[in-house]
Amino acid sequence: MACESWIAKLDVYLDGELEEGEMRSLDAHIHGCTLCAAEALKRVQMKRAVKVAGRHFTANPDFKRRVQSSIGMKTGRRNWRSWGLLAAFASILVVAGALIYSVVTQSGNKQVYSEIADLHVSMLASPTPVDVVSSDRHTVKPWFQGKIPFSFDLPELSNLSNNEITLVGGRMTYLEQAPGAHLVYKLRKHQVSVFIFREDSLRQKLGPRAFAIKSESFNVETWSRDGLRYFVIGDASAADLDRVASLFKSGALQSWVTKSVCRGTRHIPVYLS
Amino acid sequence: MGPQSDSFEELAMPLFDQLYNFANWLTRNREEAEDLVQETYTKALKGFTSFQPGTNFRAWMYRILRNTFLTSRTGLKATMTVPLDSEEGDSELAIEPDTPETILIGRSNVEHLQKAIEELPVYYREILLLCELEEMSYQEMAETLTIPLGTVMSRLSRARRTLRNSLSGIKKGAKYGL
Repeated sequence: MACESWIAKLDVYLDGELEEGEMRSLDAHIHGCTLCAAEALKRVQMKRAVKVAGRHFTANPDFKRRVQSSIGMKTGRRNWRSWGLLAAFASILVVAGALIYSVVTQSGNKQVYSEIADLHVSMLASPTPVDVVSSDRHTVKPWFQGKIPFSFDLPELSNLSNNEITLVGGRMTYLEQAPGAHLVYKLRKHQVSVFIFREDSLRQKLGPRAFAIKSESFNVETWSRDGLRYFVIGDASAADLDRVASLFKSGALQSWVTKSVCRGTRHIPVYLS
Repeated sequence: MGPQSDSFEELAMPLFDQLYNFANWLTRNREEAEDLVQETYTKALKGFTSFQPGTNFRAWMYRILRNTFLTSRTGLKATMTVPLDSEEGDSELAIEPDTPETILIGRSNVEHLQKAIEELPVYYREILLLCELEEMSYQEMAETLTIPLGTVMSRLSRARRTLRNSLSGIKKGAKYGL
């Protein structure tokens, strides 16, 4: 089927309303077609943008109370309740609060992984996936100077016994409107992205411990070290991604991060959400 | 007020913020939106005995709000200028290098998008918001809007296309300093 026919079904697919068989076929097509993947990504971004823009009006609390009263919710209704019941209610609120906090945190984490997956897909779909093209870490690292408000080291790959991991290049990126580095590696036939951000610039706190998850069919590994947050993402196996992550975590680095804040450098965020 | 009103409140009040937001998008006027929400809750409470437990309460509330709006003076005026839906398939736009999505993301401007949504004809505005904001399924939208499933799909497709065209227009306007 030509891309035009697939694209005609993209909105219904993204709404989750396509018939199951077609859903699978289109899913498979998108994974192999950068044109359709890019179009799908654009439409997802539009859906998200409409959702953000749509949540626009908030009711005055007085008006809400008036409506509640008019349908019978009297404020004095609670008076017959005993203090014991109120105490029980308060306990439930505490537990519910903890649960809500946990759900909100998980939801925030999910959004971070989703954005990381979007950034990775954008790179895959882009005709210019990297802005600095070089397999030499001594070329790629200096390129970021003055562009991002921190410094980092890249692992030395020439010490590795085989050449299955190569550096492709890098580009600037943004997560939650914070600038960061996006490095692209080739692992056999797989393209793997490594993202680095300042931990304190991210709203969502993921904790220092390293862990791996699956997000939108990609494997993701993340950890925090010396004030920087790392994400490794790709469609390679979790074990392969862990090998790439290990290069950044372990002795393959000549020296570790020397964090410095670029004062006076202004970054204009372009990422929407 | 008896147990019936208690159960109505339990079901209806969690929807308050969403209904208020939706009412504002329909009326584009805060006072009218408040009147619309108040009237919706009053009508829904009166008609709660006719609500069938187990059916979709959210769609039922949205339907009351929408019908109330459509029979109001603002609603009648808003619907007079809307083209009729047809069940013919829509041809999708070809992919363009400067798409509304990239323009939107490039500008990072929620206000432009809000303006574009506000300027959509009311039938397009409501279906787009029910889908993207309220995340209603096509079936739920069909129940809310009392239209067939096929019309949901074609109207939604047209709403999205109109929004994209409108955002492209914003870009052209900006280009010529309008």
